[in-house]
Amino acid sequence: MSQVTKSEPKEAPFSKKNVKLVSDPLNGSNPVTVQVLGICSALAITVKLEPAIVMGFSVLVVTAFSNLITSLMRNLIPNRIRIIVQLVVVAALVIVVDQILKAYVYDVSKQLSVFVGLIITNCILMGRIEAFALANTPWKSFLDGIGNGAGYAAVLIIVAFIRELLGSGQLYGFQVIPESWYLHNGGWYSNNGMMLLPPMALIVLAVLIWVQRAKFRQLIED
Amino acid sequence: MKLFQNLFDATRPAVTTGKLKGLYPLHNALETMFFVPNHNSHSGAHVRDAIDMKRTMITVIFALVPALLFGMFNAGYQHYKALGLLIQGDLLTQFFTLSNFMFGALKIVPMITVTYIAGLAIEIYFAYRNKHAVNEGFLVSGILIPLIMPIDIPLWMVAVSTAFAVLFGKEVFGGTGMNVLNPALTARAFAFFAYPTYMSGDKIWVNTTPEQGAQIVDGYSGATALGQLATSGQTNYSAWDAFWGFVPGSIGETSTFAILLGAGFLIYIGVGSWKIMLSTVLGGLTMGLIFNSAADSMEPGALQNYMSLPYYQHLMFGGFAFGAVFMATDPVSAAHTERGKWIYGFLVGLLSILIRVFNPAYPEGVMLAILLMNVFAPLIDHYVVQANISKRLKRLKLQQS
Repeated sequence: MSQVTKSEPKEAPFSKKNVKLVSDPLNGSNPVTVQVLGICSALAITVKLEPAIVMGFSVLVVTAFSNLITSLMRNLIPNRIRIIVQLVVVAALVIVVDQILKAYVYDVSKQLSVFVGLIITNCILMGRIEAFALANTPWKSFLDGIGNGAGYAAVLIIVAFIRELLGSGQLYGFQVIPESWYLHNGGWYSNNGMMLLPPMALIVLAVLIWVQRAKFRQLIED
Repeated sequence: MKLFQNLFDATRPAVTTGKLKGLYPLHNALETMFFVPNHNSHSGAHVRDAIDMKRTMITVIFALVPALLFGMFNAGYQHYKALGLLIQGDLLTQFFTLSNFMFGALKIVPMITVTYIAGLAIEIYFAYRNKHAVNEGFLVSGILIPLIMPIDIPLWMVAVSTAFAVLFGKEVFGGTGMNVLNPALTARAFAFFAYPTYMSGDKIWVNTTPEQGAQIVDGYSGATALGQLATSGQTNYSAWDAFWGFVPGSIGETSTFAILLGAGFLIYIGVGSWKIMLSTVLGGLTMGLIFNSAADSMEPGALQNYMSLPYYQHLMFGGFAFGAVFMATDPVSAAHTERGKWIYGFLVGLLSILIRVFNPAYPEGVMLAILLMNVFAPLIDHYVVQANISKRLKRLKLQQS
């Protein structure tokens, strides 16, 4: 009786393939600009930089750990009820993140309001669990979660940077454009109020997608 | 003219075969602006007609001249009236003075220049990038945009709004002829939402910079007729003043009479669609009549006052006439089918008055009504075409049976 052993060659934790898991979602397969997932929160909380950063970091933590936990359980989860199990994992993590935000950055938590809870419904999470974590080892899944979370956070931060700078003349709550420039102080400048409205988030995101596709032409769909 | 001819001829080799190949669209655009295009069709039979896009656009600009000139006089008139510097005499001698005209021209000509520079720079860049000729569509937009702005708006806001409108209203959809929204109204909508304090309210419609030691006269209010109507339901401008245009407002919109002159010209030449203009007016009148008849059963108040404004007066106040004649009829963003034009125009009129009366945040509903109907125009066209197809199919079946 011969025993068939399947042994995969041992892979270094930061091999080229694994690093790509983190770096790819930052550009070539960015969850927001390329896969167009998680748009609604990207539009809702990008008026200011601070909530966008907190939100981006929260999503990063949740994707990373939900990927990790699901991947650890992937051989135990019955296929028919896997969505429920994934939801429980994600929901538990979101509640933990929500409580931490409430405890340490209460103001931002107030601003984000319902959108922290709505991380559960963020398509990126379920997408990565379904597409990646269920079929890959925990470490790879964890890296993939970090990569996608970071890709999401990067887009959020860029959009929020533009919207806060042009919409309220501030960055991270600090006045960047000198007060003396403003029309009501005898200057010539005025903030663009439309940047504070949701449609402009969509347009800024569209411009981002445009710039990215113009730079990396292989991303253009037919 | 010989001078220009020689200039264009001398530079042609450089841009067609020489080093400056990329600048050919610019050369071509300027040349065809001065002379008849030298392009021949190479195949097939063609209808011969003098009309081309440049001719169409220039016609619209001619139609805009009365409103533009009136706007220049009115800008000065409102300014000197606010400062109490008007000369003695009746209204016409007070109105048509050189100083009024010069005041307005000094404000409006820079605005037109800035609009053209901002808009054409983007148009030419995209023509260069996508390797096509510069289109003439912006010739009209460049005049329309200043005409629908308040007199005191800072020039850079005009430039930013124009750039936004050309870029996101037109170029991302593929340039002239592909736009879903009317570019001029896109510019105004952008300015309206981006810089609300400089686009609405009762401080911005009249330039009240002190001059010759004169300050604003006591009790003066620069509110437009629609602004007053939105807050109290009443206005102290008479309907005749509004018809002739001696009221504050956006530069080109005040004089219904000057706009009617332009409308007559457009309809006579055949460039503007009389169906859209007429149906827009009918839509406005219908909504006005509905409000008039509903006002009796309303409880008294500002809204009831506003609703009982005689239905025909809605056409004279604000930008209704300007929108109906120059904005709703934009051949690209309006409905294309003949029956669709009636539906489209009627709904524009209906919605304008509806927004105007029911939403005090938007004293002027024409802009939003036209933009909304621009979005719906393809849908209207689709159903008109489908209805026609099914009608003819039915006829075919009847014949066969």
